[in-house]
Amino acid sequence: MFRTFKQPGRNKFFREQFFRELDALGVGSIGIIAIISLFMGAVIAIQMAANIDNPLIPRETIGYATRESVFLEFSSTVVALILAGKVGSSIASEIGTMRVTEQIDALEIMGVNSAGYLILPKITASLVINPVLTLMSMFLGVFGGYLACMVTGMLDTSSYLTGLLFEFRPFNVVYSIIKSIVFAFIITSISAYRGYYVEGGSREVGENSTKAVVNSSIAILFWNLILTRILLL
Amino acid sequence: MIEIKGLYKTFGSKEILNDINLTFEGGKTNLIIGQSGSGKTVLMKCAVGLETPSKGEILYSGRPFTHASLEEKMSIRKEIGMVFQGGALFDSMTVEENVAFPLRMFTKMSKSELEDRVNFCLNRVNLPQAHAKFPAEISGGMKKRVAIARAIALNPKYLFFDEPNSGLDPKTSLVIDALIQEITEEYKTVTVVNTHDMNSVLEIGDHIAFIYQGRVIWTGDSNTIVEAQIPEVRDFVFATPLMKKIFK
Repeated sequence: MFRTFKQPGRNKFFREQFFRELDALGVGSIGIIAIISLFMGAVIAIQMAANIDNPLIPRETIGYATRESVFLEFSSTVVALILAGKVGSSIASEIGTMRVTEQIDALEIMGVNSAGYLILPKITASLVINPVLTLMSMFLGVFGGYLACMVTGMLDTSSYLTGLLFEFRPFNVVYSIIKSIVFAFIITSISAYRGYYVEGGSREVGENSTKAVVNSSIAILFWNLILTRILLL
Repeated sequence: MIEIKGLYKTFGSKEILNDINLTFEGGKTNLIIGQSGSGKTVLMKCAVGLETPSKGEILYSGRPFTHASLEEKMSIRKEIGMVFQGGALFDSMTVEENVAFPLRMFTKMSKSELEDRVNFCLNRVNLPQAHAKFPAEISGGMKKRVAIARAIALNPKYLFFDEPNSGLDPKTSLVIDALIQEITEEYKTVTVVNTHDMNSVLEIGDHIAFIYQGRVIWTGDSNTIVEAQIPEVRDFVFATPLMKKIFK
């Protein structure tokens, strides 16, 4: 762990690796995050509309509840769980394959701090890009709800927007961003650890990729509980 | 010169290396030979610092390596080139990028100097046309040659080869052996080759150490190994019918 945060070599190399990881871990995840957020936002809005049939509850509540669900939990926690599956397994298998094919040993023999060279750019890129993905997911989630209202006619879009803006607390966005940063660290560090310490062959690489996803997901759920308790109560 | 003094290595209760004392000199091809499981790979890993010996010391030109700090080890490692059994080329990089990697990491060469050096190294291993190819697109023999080119890029003082001929046909093996010998003589490197290929032993064995069950039981060269009287060495040397026929 300590070696991961030590200078891996020349700054130029770190910059190159950082932007490569930004592309691989962030840009490569935009598509799936966008699709899931859009659809989940729409589904949340439809379910709210289907379940709120009490005439005493204003219909604007649909927009309000969709926003709260998307901002507080979906865009940070659920997106992090999705990224744990996509990015976590990719990190663990990439580093694990490098371990079993002696590429990491080759780096060490050259005098390169392999942990710093391979893992640090992934962690930093993930810390930078995950909050951006979370913000994008928030926007697309509530936009999905808006589209659902427009297409199904279950609620007029102006009522949805009124509910969306009702009692908006900017701290909820900050809360979600804080969670996304913590989750980004959890996903990359656990997955990189799993990959870096693989012993054996391709079977073990596969096993460790699965363990990386499972361990990251459990850690995300645990820290979600802790952070919610600390930041919201 | 590399000196190995009183080296022991155990994994749990299993003793892998037992009191290894060896000296590898510059300008010579030093071979570590023995059957599979004899401990030669562990010895090489200890020598380059990928494994930590349980006891003993390794000196690189008089500089202690085994118990050195991480910084000191990293500094010595910059003088080491190693060719792994499978090549260990970085599969996300082209051949050219693989050879350029140590140069870009540890030197401040300009782009043209870098290109010149990469071209020189690839020409040296007779691979002038493979620059843009990825490791997955080249043969096993070419991978070994690229690995050699990468290993010599920084003009190392110490060169290690782990089973350089494994998985190669006899003709390509001869090419690799010739390259190892030429580079050793040309750059006066301390070259250590871990092998169980008898062709290599007879072709390039300037200094040979035979390891049996974690101990060095015989040392000599390619001329004297066929006359060795130790049964374990004779079993190894004359294991193939071809060797028996030749030296009958």
